[in-house]
This record gives sequence, structure tokens and C-alpha cells, in this order.
Amino acid sequence: MDIKVRVWRQAGPSAAGKMVTYDVKGISPDASFLEMIDVLNETLILNGDDPIAFDHDCREGICGMCSMVINGVAHGPEKATTTCQLHMRKFKDGDVIDVEPWRAAAFPVIKDLVVDRTPLDKIIQAGGYITAPTGTAPDAHATPVPKKDADAAFEAATCIGCGACVAACPNGSSMLFTAAKIAHLGLMPQGQPERDSRVIDMLQAQDDAGFGGCTNAGECTTVCPKGIPMSLIGRLNSDYRKAISKR
Amino acid sequence: MAVSGALLVLFLFAHAAGNLKIFVGLSDFDHYAEWLRGLGTPLLPHAWFLWIQRVGLLVAIGLHIWAATALTIRARKARPVKYAHRPKIQGSYAARTMRWGGVIIVLFVIYHILDLTTGHLNPEGGDSDPSARVVADFAPERWYVTLFYVVSVVAVGFHLRHGIWSAFRTLGQQTTKGERRAQAIALVLSVVLVAMYLSVPFAVLTGLVD
Repeated sequence: MDIKVRVWRQAGPSAAGKMVTYDVKGISPDASFLEMIDVLNETLILNGDDPIAFDHDCREGICGMCSMVINGVAHGPEKATTTCQLHMRKFKDGDVIDVEPWRAAAFPVIKDLVVDRTPLDKIIQAGGYITAPTGTAPDAHATPVPKKDADAAFEAATCIGCGACVAACPNGSSMLFTAAKIAHLGLMPQGQPERDSRVIDMLQAQDDAGFGGCTNAGECTTVCPKGIPMSLIGRLNSDYRKAISKR
Repeated sequence: MAVSGALLVLFLFAHAAGNLKIFVGLSDFDHYAEWLRGLGTPLLPHAWFLWIQRVGLLVAIGLHIWAATALTIRARKARPVKYAHRPKIQGSYAARTMRWGGVIIVLFVIYHILDLTTGHLNPEGGDSDPSARVVADFAPERWYVTLFYVVSVVAVGFHLRHGIWSAFRTLGQQTTKGERRAQAIALVLSVVLVAMYLSVPFAVLTGLVD
């Protein structure tokens, strides 16, 4: 496959960036999107140019590191798929593909396609934990969890914290991420003691980090590589309403 | 957003139901307008109850616009650098047009009050019967007024299509089945409301009400 990519190049956090066009020739349709960038980077290095910086780690779709907005869609055109699991056969020979970093005030660009996603960690630090005694591991059946709750909690826990919801949201809000974390802990008996403080503290951390507010536009769930449902945001709202009414 | 919006939706339905009185007869419509002003008497002086409602509505509108403005400012701040490539493939048309739709609705409401409540912009003037103002307003030669009315009412319909569902979600709706139900309620209420409002200019235009 011969394609053109237009990539956001930015030398550093405070440098001005711009879209730069590159020709990429002879790419296998079975290559992943990241492998295509790898091939392009090899050419750039051979020519003495600076390779394109991008985040990646497991390349198995479970680490949440890859973060590219491809043709305006976070993680590209394939539904419920991370950039690393997207293959070039989803594109046509001769296509011009635009690649941009996540765009959000809370996610400043570090270089090219790499952004700083620390604010998501700050939200987790504010309330994404449970209090449990340390020591020997408890018996697996010490705290029974209904199957329905365990499944729902697991669905929410599949959130890999990649930040695609923020990248896609017209308001730049991380509400789907926060909602997934609140549901994943709040559905379990172990998550009950901090349930009220969790929702208040995590929303406060989210606002402090400079994320926008949720208007239920629904862009987040359509790009989420794990298909986290938007209904979890309703659960967050319900938890929040109950928590502030108790204060 | 959700609570103030819900109050405004209740008002819109009460207002639309009152409008339909015009199909009973022009003088019945005028009597309805007079009755509205007499509500609450003799407990309250004439038209006081109406003014209490108007103040309540203004507070709801104020809160609604304040919340919408705060969300818009936050959204702008949250994405200072725009995407170079941003297709409009996802989300619903209704959700995308909430902000501009809201601005159109505010402008329309101001015009609507100057036209049909105070009569300043109405060919019949402020001293005429309410029904005469309605009939004069939607006369075929004033097609541009009717067009603006239709566009604005459809904008209200789109606004509610997303707004009603979004209000359910904000107030804590969280099941998949409930989501489908809330979406259906939002769609049905929006379509019914638009049909109720559009029936009046349609009836005047076609001579059904004369």
C-alpha cells in the first residue's frame, strides 16, 4: 500500500506545531497502524530527520498508551479498537491520513503525538481506591459478590484510561473515564465505605485538572476502545446527587 | 441545566395546550387569555398570579442560560487547540446544535413576546384581542413571520430531543432499558410539542381558523 500521512509535528511542549505530510510506500495491509509509523520513522532516521514521537507499550490493546486521533476520530475508524490493534487494511491505497495528538488543555503535548495524561492519575488519586487491611490475602469467598454486580463492575473496570473519551468529547470532558472508575469500585462491597467521598473528590479533581463539563453528547462512548457505556455517567450523577444530599 | 430545563418544558406544554383553545373558537381563545390573568383572584389581585409565574420562568431561564454559558466557557478552555481534521460523524444532530439552537430560541422568545404579548411588533397593536393578533401574525402575506416561527419551533423540538433525554441522565438514569425509554420519551414529547405549536400557524394559513 502507498499512502500519505499528515502528522502533527511539535518539537517540544512550548514549541509551535504544524501538520507535516509524509509519503509512506510499500506498507503491508496486515501492518498495524503503529507499525506503519515505525516504518515511516525508520525512513526518517535514515534520512537524518527526527522520528515521530508517539506513545505505545503493549500493542495488544490493553495498556491504554497509544493515543492518536486518526482522521478526526480517536483511535481511528475501527469501533472498540485501540490504535495499535487497527490495521492498514482498514484504509485504501492512496489515502491521505491525518494523525493528531489528543487535544485537551488538561493533556498538554510533550512532543509530536505524545501528550501528558497525568491529570487522569490525579483523578484516580483523589478517590479511585478502596481501604482494605493489608497482610495475608483474604479468602476468595470471604466477601460474596453477586454475579450480576461482578460482571457490571468488570465491564466498567475494562477502562484502560487511554483518554480517548477526552479527545473525542466536544467539551473536553473526562466524565466517561471518571464514571467508569466510580462504577467499577462502587458496584463492589469493598467500594462502599468511600462511595460518597469518592464521587465528590474525583469530580473535584476532574474540575481542578481543567477538563470540561459533560453535556451527554455521547461522542466518548462511540470512540471508547473498550466500549464503556455512557449509562455509567448516569450512575455517577446518581451517586453524586446522593453524596451531596448527605453532606 | 436539568431542573431549570424541566420547568421550562412544563411551561411549554401548558402554553401549547392553551394555544389549542383557538380551535374551539376565536372568542374562546380570548376568554382563555382573560382567564389566565384572572387566575388566583380574589386571593391575589388581578394578574398577580400570572406575574408570579413569569418571574418564576425568568429565574428558570436565567439559571438555564447561566449553566449553559458556564459549560460553554469550560468547553472552550478545555480544548484551546482545535483539531485540524474533525468530521461530524458521531453524536446526534440535536446534541450538536444545543448551543446555537438555544441562541435562536432566546432571540425568538424576545420577538414572540414583543409580537403576541405586548403587540409592539404586531400589525394589530397591543390593544387588540389576542386572537386577532394571532390571525394577523400568520396571514399569508406575512409568510416570513410564519417561517421564522416554524424554524424556531423546530429548533425547540431539536433542543428538547437532546435536552429531555440529557435531563434524565443528569438526574441519574443509568440502565440500558431506561436509556431506550428516556430516548423514546424525549422523541415523542418533542414531536408532540412541535406538532401542537405548528398546528396554529398552519390553521391560520389554510383558513381553518378565521
